[in-house]
Amino acid sequence: MMRSRDILGFATRAATAYPMRTGLMMLAMAIGVAAVVLLTALGDGARRYVVREFSALGSSLIIVLPGRTETGGVGAGSFVTNTPRDLTVDDAAALLRAGRVTRVAPLVLGNSEIAYAGKLREVMVIGTTTAFADIRNYRLGQGRFLPEEDWRRGSAVAVIGATLHQELFGAEPALGQMIRVGDRRYRVIGVLAASGSGLGMNADELVIIPVAAAQALFNASSLFRIFAEARDRDAVPAAKTQILDILKARHDGEEDVTLITQDAVLGTFDRILGALTLAVAGIAAISLAVAGILVMNVMLVAITQRTSEIGLLKALGATGSIIRLVFLTEAALLSIAGALAGLLLGHLGAWGLRLMFPVLPAYPPDWAVFAGLGTAIVTGVLFGVMPARHAATLDAVDALSKR
Amino acid sequence: MAQIELDNIQRIFQLGDSEVHALQDVQLRIDAGEYVSVMGPSGSGKSTLLNLLGLLDRPNDGHYRLEGRDVTTLSADEQARVRRERIGFVFQSFHLVPRLTAEENIALPLLLAGISPHDRKARVAQALDDFGLAKRGDHRPDQLSGGQRQRVAIARATIMQPAMLLADEPTGNLDRATGEEVTQLLEALNGRGVTLIVVTHDPHMGERAQRQIRMEDGRIDSDSKRPAP
Repeated sequence: MMRSRDILGFATRAATAYPMRTGLMMLAMAIGVAAVVLLTALGDGARRYVVREFSALGSSLIIVLPGRTETGGVGAGSFVTNTPRDLTVDDAAALLRAGRVTRVAPLVLGNSEIAYAGKLREVMVIGTTTAFADIRNYRLGQGRFLPEEDWRRGSAVAVIGATLHQELFGAEPALGQMIRVGDRRYRVIGVLAASGSGLGMNADELVIIPVAAAQALFNASSLFRIFAEARDRDAVPAAKTQILDILKARHDGEEDVTLITQDAVLGTFDRILGALTLAVAGIAAISLAVAGILVMNVMLVAITQRTSEIGLLKALGATGSIIRLVFLTEAALLSIAGALAGLLLGHLGAWGLRLMFPVLPAYPPDWAVFAGLGTAIVTGVLFGVMPARHAATLDAVDALSKR
Repeated sequence: MAQIELDNIQRIFQLGDSEVHALQDVQLRIDAGEYVSVMGPSGSGKSTLLNLLGLLDRPNDGHYRLEGRDVTTLSADEQARVRRERIGFVFQSFHLVPRLTAEENIALPLLLAGISPHDRKARVAQALDDFGLAKRGDHRPDQLSGGQRQRVAIARATIMQPAMLLADEPTGNLDRATGEEVTQLLEALNGRGVTLIVVTHDPHMGERAQRQIRMEDGRIDSDSKRPAP
């Protein structure tokens, strides 16, 4: 029987002898595999980007929203009233009693305008307390953050974002200067270090003032959110229960708040984007099936071209199974070569993508690379079987008489 | 016992509605080492006879015993093995694989038989030497002359040291001088004991064989043997 190394060698010679045909087939395979690699890199990159952005929020963060957004079934409370109570600074302060909660920051949010030395612009104002800097991992470029003080007594101080600092003060020193926000004046005590990112709120363009000052500015007594931080990631569920218990007690036994944890949000995004990546990979895989059909066609043409060679091999004593093996090996070789070329192409494309969009970690996931390569090789071989069988069953006399 | 024994061989081709009797009641004995030419007009069945002898085709009826063994009942794979080991083919159009060098073409039967690369190399080198192709080993068929191509084909046909050589118009694509050269080469191989069966149109070539078979309408018309010189 023919040695497997000789079969491989013979098939390689046959594949390289027709560069046009081989190139075409490899191209089809390569495009398929490259599409899988590139598209999954894109999908997974997006997923990782979102996950990373959320992680920037801090992994043991619990956000308290007023009002109940989920349907939790019908409880005794749901017959009493539908209007949720506002969250107050006292609610926030009460949360400090929860054993699993280490930091609490009330949050008031509003739009206003900021003015300094005749320069004026729209700005987002946050009213909060000292702990907010640690919860959101803000770093200060100059000065300090809001001072520890009674939450109900807001002193007229402000911390501004890096971009605001640049726009209002330029190269001048900002610390100690008085700025006007709305109709009140505040002394700048700190400037945040430039951060660049931050989902939803860009910290570089914020003005942060004490929570009571913000309530006075916007003439509001309620809070937009309460940010609470659990002791660590594992303490999050217990902290949630404690927060709910405290607020329920303060709100006449009614559970009228919603708690959002990063894990829940992250999990949802992770699932959605993961499914999207999978769907995109599936679509790309269709191109592999098309490539498989091309492999079959090209092999059938090859067999027609080489009919007399098949006749010769039979006359020289090749059995049907040898001929089948030779052509199957050829199809497999072309598929593998095409798949590897596609892998290279896909990685090159992903690299280009990362160059163009540095924030997007566009790396193809391992499963996609293996699935792409595997599908390419399996379809190539599968679609090579039919032509190979056809070659093996050719009549020797007829085949030899073909020119 | 003759090397080749054909008994009541029938070969019928179905062409549309009509049946064509390519071979009818062929009865033939060929001894080892004989030099036989098969002649006859086109369609007389001489090519079909050669294909049958080479196990490329099966008869509809009758028996073919090669070296005492009934080969008509063998499986396709067993027949392939007999072809590989006992039969060498020489074709009119050479049938060299265009992408392979002379060396690789000659090595093909050894490759199919699973001979180790080391032995292969030695045997091919010897064959190249024997057939005057020593300097042409790495040439592809399109870089060789017609005579050289046929010599490569003959080297390939004999590399497995078969018991018989079946040649179908071996000089048909060659000019007279080259044809003569190739004929002499085949006769020299026959001189060393290989049975040589040549199908030819060329009466000049046919007459050189010790035994001449003339075919007509699928039957052996005449079978004359010249006394050995």
